[in-house]
Amino acid sequence: MIEIRGLTKYFGTKKAVDHVSFTVKKGEILGFLGPNGAGKSTTMRMITGFIPPSSGTAVIGGFDIGDDPISARKRIGYLPENAPVYPDMAVTAYLDFCAEIRGFTGASKKQKVAEIIDRCFLSDVRHQTIHTLSKGFKQRVCFAQSILHDPEYLILDEPTDGLDPNQKHEVRLMIRAMSADKVIVLSTHILDEVEAVCTRAIIIAGGSIVADDTPAGLKARSSLYGAVTVTLQNTEPAALLACLQPISGVKSAEIVDSTSPDITVRVFPENKDLPLADRVMSALSENNFKIKSIFVEPGRLDEVFRAITEN
Amino acid sequence: MRINEAAVNIKAIFKRELFGYFSSPVAYVFIVIFLLLLGFFTFYISNFFEMGQADLRSFFSWHPWVYMLMIPALAMRLWAEERRLGTIELVLTLPISITEAIIGKFLAAWVFIGVSLFFTFPMVLTVIYLGEPDIGAIVCAYVGSFLMAGAFLSVGVMTSSLTKSQVISFIVAVVICLFFVLAGFPPVTNAMADWAPLWLINLISKTSFLFHFISIERGVLDLRDVLYYFSVIFFMLFLNGLVIRNRSAA
Repeated sequence: MIEIRGLTKYFGTKKAVDHVSFTVKKGEILGFLGPNGAGKSTTMRMITGFIPPSSGTAVIGGFDIGDDPISARKRIGYLPENAPVYPDMAVTAYLDFCAEIRGFTGASKKQKVAEIIDRCFLSDVRHQTIHTLSKGFKQRVCFAQSILHDPEYLILDEPTDGLDPNQKHEVRLMIRAMSADKVIVLSTHILDEVEAVCTRAIIIAGGSIVADDTPAGLKARSSLYGAVTVTLQNTEPAALLACLQPISGVKSAEIVDSTSPDITVRVFPENKDLPLADRVMSALSENNFKIKSIFVEPGRLDEVFRAITEN
Repeated sequence: MRINEAAVNIKAIFKRELFGYFSSPVAYVFIVIFLLLLGFFTFYISNFFEMGQADLRSFFSWHPWVYMLMIPALAMRLWAEERRLGTIELVLTLPISITEAIIGKFLAAWVFIGVSLFFTFPMVLTVIYLGEPDIGAIVCAYVGSFLMAGAFLSVGVMTSSLTKSQVISFIVAVVICLFFVLAGFPPVTNAMADWAPLWLINLISKTSFLFHFISIERGVLDLRDVLYYFSVIFFMLFLNGLVIRNRSAA
């Protein structure tokens, strides 16, 4: 378990992180979201003990990062932002170095490094010097370093930054596959990633937590959530609205797009948790409207993100 | 248990740093220039052959000056480069203490200087060939020179932790080393003799690397001189630790 207790950081007089507290349990993948400069990286650097907090602390698996940093760090795997790695070392030499520091020697070291090279798809570049690698490979070398010792706690600062879509997919699969017996905290500004990977999301803005929910819960905050969007062929807008508005449970209906021959209309429910689509559908077919498509809005994270972080 | 772990960590850092020197041109450039400079000073400025003496005094007396220029260049990358590349974030979040990281880095550079110093052995062969030198005095001078190199190095490691810029680290280190050398340089102490009280001159000249090198150079390995160099190294590395611990950000 990771317990963050009132982490606060001042840079000079500027408050970068303001009393951030949360707890992450085993099996959770926590997505750390926020606009640039919101304090995501600073918070992660305090959790891993790279920069000391102005006040508050982080307790990793029972070890306080301030009082017993070595014991805490032994349990952490950390991928810093921009994945810094020594440019003048070969991939294998670098991972050997990390394995030594993580307490592996002799045959177990060899095996660990070989295994991680395999898992992170680094076999083709294992003897290459790191500065000759592309951004994506560097990112993977640094990621390999963070999971080499199979840590209980994984702190990943923008783990898929600079990767192509296929590599992003691979890394997300790996993170998900590892999550059962780990606590994973990852920061990102890609909202799709939160939906694809995380079991929980914290949004941070201006140094404080502004939302802490599941990705589904966050999406439910969207104003579109639960609305029914219907596209119809050759229809009169006025007649359509007249048909939709009297349906019980409908709060309002609005034409979204009427420029093409087809008309798209969005129907908002009074209660977002009650099903509305079936009633809309039967009302429309009773009145002989031709439905081309119909779907229920799942809510949109980007809209929620903007609404939460911009005020 | 903890001591064992510390040794493993220091060894890992040490290996990585030493490897770092040899996997870049730094090591080879350093060794070649180091040997060229020492050779040039010894043979052309001090006129080694014309002196007609089978000892290495004229060789060792140049060591402080060559170290003053070369060692800051060797030390400047130790922390400054980690800060510039951001790799310091990885090093300081590994399960190692700052002390272990500092010791590992320092020892790697010191051993590297030792290797460079070893390659001056043709000088020793030369004097053995030419006459009958006091081997004891030569060994003693080598030990002293190596200790003094450690003191120069500790200054360079410390200044390297102050900045992201290797150039700034180099310049600051050279200035501090220059002070440590000049404080005991006879022309400087003589100039001060006109106006400064004797106790002050003594105090200042005793902080000098030169003051503690002179007797070693002559073949007298005094425990006080050895202690002096180790205390300079300890103090500088301690400062290094404070700087790293209290840095505000990356």
